[in-house]
Amino acid sequence: MKRIFTLARLALGLAAVLVPGLARAQDLMQQLNKLSADSLRLSLVQATFKGTRVINGQSIETPGAGTLVFLISHRFGALNSGAYNFFGLDQATIRLGLEYGITDRLAVGVGRSSMEKTFDGFAKYRLLRQSTGAGAMPLSVTLLATTALTSLEFQPQSERTGVSRLTYTYQALLARKFSPSLSVQLMPTLVHRNYVDLRRDQNNVYAVGAAARQKLTKRFALTGEYYYLLPGATADNFRNSLALGFDIETGGHVFQLHVTNSPGMIEKFFIPQTTGNFFKGDIFFGFNISRAFQLGGRRP
Amino acid sequence: MQQLQLVWVVLLGWLAAAPAQSPTRFFTRTGTIRFFSATPVEDIAATNQRVAAAVDVTTGQLAFTVPMQEFQFPKKLMQTHFNENYVESEKYPKALFAGQLVGFQAAALDQGGPQPAVAEGDLTIHGVKRHVRVPGTLEKQGNRLLVNAKFAVETADYNIEIPLLVRGHIAKTVDVTVALACDPLPQP
Repeated sequence: MKRIFTLARLALGLAAVLVPGLARAQDLMQQLNKLSADSLRLSLVQATFKGTRVINGQSIETPGAGTLVFLISHRFGALNSGAYNFFGLDQATIRLGLEYGITDRLAVGVGRSSMEKTFDGFAKYRLLRQSTGAGAMPLSVTLLATTALTSLEFQPQSERTGVSRLTYTYQALLARKFSPSLSVQLMPTLVHRNYVDLRRDQNNVYAVGAAARQKLTKRFALTGEYYYLLPGATADNFRNSLALGFDIETGGHVFQLHVTNSPGMIEKFFIPQTTGNFFKGDIFFGFNISRAFQLGGRRP
Repeated sequence: MQQLQLVWVVLLGWLAAAPAQSPTRFFTRTGTIRFFSATPVEDIAATNQRVAAAVDVTTGQLAFTVPMQEFQFPKKLMQTHFNENYVESEKYPKALFAGQLVGFQAAALDQGGPQPAVAEGDLTIHGVKRHVRVPGTLEKQGNRLLVNAKFAVETADYNIEIPLLVRGHIAKTVDVTVALACDPLPQP
């Protein structure tokens, strides 16, 4: 009897040690990997482009909640204007802009271009954001609506009204970051002009843009951007906008240097009003400099 | 008859023994890791609240994984730079620690209060694995296990390059604080 009890206690002790022990022997790291797989699901893809502009046009990026971006853009004169104009460097058009992120998705901005003394304002909303993980979103979609107002003085006998100063642009920006270094963007675009010079000119100009960014190092990237005008009077009389450049990032600044056949820096200029032939030397050298300031708070 | 009794004793004992065992394994999915870089120019702090960790107090095994993209910075641009330029989160999405508590007895937890412990193991950040010793504390609070540790990470040790231009802004040594509140892991 006593022996049986000893045996029972031994068995009991063994059971107590062995049964939970079996589970314990399972690799802790394996269990953890299972646990953390959940915590990795759905993370947003960041920095599809370095700045809020690819070159001339907007990228899907917004400044982010509470961030104010100051943007200085310059385009010099045409390269083929000759030595007399110092190959374009004698002239310059400029746009100064401010952009602010109200939330991580919504941003608004204002700007002033020296070209046709134009004020512009826009709202930009990140509708979809590319993500990784289970059930990931394959691409990012940002909607953009801009208004441009030219403040040029009308001719004394002009019958133009105030409304005729306005131009609107609507874009759906679709982008995918294919790898940490390659991002591609497509931009179906509508430019609506309240006023055009001639009857045959289009009030509504449709275009499709394509852009890409290829990083060469962590802080240096090549960029390209092209807007194709859909067939119509505008496509017959104007050229498609082409721009090639590179991005350099240093701390809170992004420097973008580029060559383009469009001297204008807002949609209403470079999409329907580009006249330069890039391959015949109508090349405008230019740069964008952006500086980000964090004003408002973010979630911790 | 006696044999039947024995079977009962063993069975009952087995049933009673398993739940009566105080849990030995703890885990969390929402542990916190903070880091802090202080320079005369700028202080940089970030918090990650999606740290997954598992601790076995009996065997002393300890592991955690840190999804790098989940570090939240007060400035969005800092966060982008952290992921894009420094830790390269897309290439190296997780930091890992897998180690062992050295000279730690699970029984010490019953004394209450934080019990000092040293974890020794491999810390992998930015794809670079290094052997480290991290002092910290373990504390039993109700049925939860609190793990706290503080240590310094040299960015250069993990091939995290800091360009000349921003060297004044980012400290070479970053202070890391780990705070895990682990629940008992249900025994399978």
